[in-house]
Amino acid sequence: MVTTQASELADKITEPYPIRKNALLKDSRGYRIFRVVNITVLYLIMFVTLYPFINIVAQSFSSEGFINSGQVNLFPRGFNVETYKTVMADSMFWVNYRNTVLYTVVGTVIALVMTTMFAYALSKKHLKGRNAFILIAVFTMFFNGGLIPNYVLINALGFKNTLWAIVVPNAISIFNLLVMKAFFENMPEELEEAAAIDGLSTYGTLFRIVLPLSKAVIATMTLFYAVSFWNSWFAAFLYMDKRELYPVTVYLRNLIKGAETATSVGGAGAEVSAVAANIQSVTMVLTVLPIIMLYPFIQKYFVSGVMLGAVKG
Amino acid sequence: MSAHPGVAALEPPITEVTPGDEPPATRRRRRKRTTDPRAKITWRKALRRDWQVYSLLVLPLVFLAVFRYLPMAGNVIAFRRFRPGGSIFGEEWVGLRYFEMFINDAKFWQVFQNTVILGGLSLLIIFPLPIILALLLNELRSAKFKRVVQTISYLPHFMSIVIVAGIVFQLFSMQGTVNQIVEAIGGDPVSFMQRPDWFRTIYITSEAWQTVGWGTILYLAALTQIDNTLYEAARIDGANRWKQTWHVTLPGIRPTMITLLILNIGSFMAVGFEKVLLLYNPLTYPTADVISTYLYRIGIVSSNFSYATAIGLFESIIGLTLILSANAISRRLVGTSLW
Repeated sequence: MVTTQASELADKITEPYPIRKNALLKDSRGYRIFRVVNITVLYLIMFVTLYPFINIVAQSFSSEGFINSGQVNLFPRGFNVETYKTVMADSMFWVNYRNTVLYTVVGTVIALVMTTMFAYALSKKHLKGRNAFILIAVFTMFFNGGLIPNYVLINALGFKNTLWAIVVPNAISIFNLLVMKAFFENMPEELEEAAAIDGLSTYGTLFRIVLPLSKAVIATMTLFYAVSFWNSWFAAFLYMDKRELYPVTVYLRNLIKGAETATSVGGAGAEVSAVAANIQSVTMVLTVLPIIMLYPFIQKYFVSGVMLGAVKG
Repeated sequence: MSAHPGVAALEPPITEVTPGDEPPATRRRRRKRTTDPRAKITWRKALRRDWQVYSLLVLPLVFLAVFRYLPMAGNVIAFRRFRPGGSIFGEEWVGLRYFEMFINDAKFWQVFQNTVILGGLSLLIIFPLPIILALLLNELRSAKFKRVVQTISYLPHFMSIVIVAGIVFQLFSMQGTVNQIVEAIGGDPVSFMQRPDWFRTIYITSEAWQTVGWGTILYLAALTQIDNTLYEAARIDGANRWKQTWHVTLPGIRPTMITLLILNIGSFMAVGFEKVLLLYNPLTYPTADVISTYLYRIGIVSSNFSYATAIGLFESIIGLTLILSANAISRRLVGTSLW
């Protein structure tokens, strides 16, 4: 029951409107009109949400001439896969892509271990000093050292140009911590009491009883952390000086900014930017591809995670 | 429930992940806490009983101390001269020199104004949108259609800011979709990304695109908590759908609205630093440059660490003050607060 609780919460919000079940009254004329308008508006919202993605995909398959003359919107014009070949032939793209995978994996593993340890300890209601520890953690949500002191610290620690600069400062997200703590708190106490009577230590209880029952929340946390590391760019932008250390987001950022500078210069620059529009689109498609492909499966976990944190945190 | 320990027993026994340095760590903490004589005995007892639990706290607390609280202390360089490569706490006291510097800096007041305008517009325009969308979704009768709309509207939330910026540059470029529409209705193409007067519109639009769908989740959750009998009672009293929404639904989600409003007010000053950094350029500085990007250029690009820290500290304190006062006001007026 505990393990399914999160997904139940997620299902709950997609249930049809409850009134419907025992609605015997007929809708008023005004309400019927409203429902038609409502559905139209929601279709429009879906279109507006999806359009930028469609446009990027269309551009990624289009030839530069059509993009240049502003003829590409929903469908590719001058269909070709040359741009994909060009981007994929760039070895730096793959180096940076591999970095993104590496930073995501290492970052997520460290973050999961740290968050689980912290959340489990804080979920023990009898623990002396618990409230103080929670306060220490939550305070950092509302006040932080700021950009420069963090920058100075990371440099002083010698993290510059290492993966630690990206991974370590983001090892615990307080929001995720609260979600996980709420989940652990909801576990029946008898379970752990029984484990204690059977002679299991705290570690034994955590690894053999609690974690096997926490797969749902661990999945949620993995996804939260993995997506945030996959998407992050600023830490790498700030602390990495060498191109071969960049994640793919910084690679993309440099493409975009490079193209922008070219257009600002004008004249011959306009052509440079049109070539880049192709390449930018392809790079964007390749960067979001893993997320888009996993999205249908992970979305439910994200939703339940947010709700667990909100309801109990 | 009884099956669970059995399931757990099938799992391979895992012994330890935390390094075996618990005893020194616990001793260290005990020594620190003995300053309070009243707590002396109980702490000792607590540590003896729960030392394994405390050992789990060691690494996370060290993390918070080093990566969260040390930078807070590092803000003293706002009052001290800082030498790159020297102590992270600076070299010598200079008093309020750096604060006087930015208070007399006309540039600072311009970016301050930009921050307030951009933050204010975000709050005013973006905050209500998820509420409206959640209410619209709530009126749907087809669970399937609702699920499709939700799935699609959450998608932008998962995109990196770099992707969002890339999309914005493409849509608003000279050949982009927006200019295609402008030309179709007979206008001349506009170089949106180079025009200061368009920056705020573009920023708010992209922010809405990315956040509104995801923002509905908490409201939809709150909507399911509303007691059905309230609607029945309202209907018996002759309330139509609109009146039911006004008198039952909205009061039902009010606590959620207020909580999110407080949180939004708290992040008012920290307007999307990363996004502005990606979207702006020297041509759009007059409207786009905000406190955080200004201090980034002063601090990181020009290496005026102390001056930038002073600005950052000022910004953080305003942020903290805003959230504390919003929380206090809301507790007094409507009885809802974060803590």
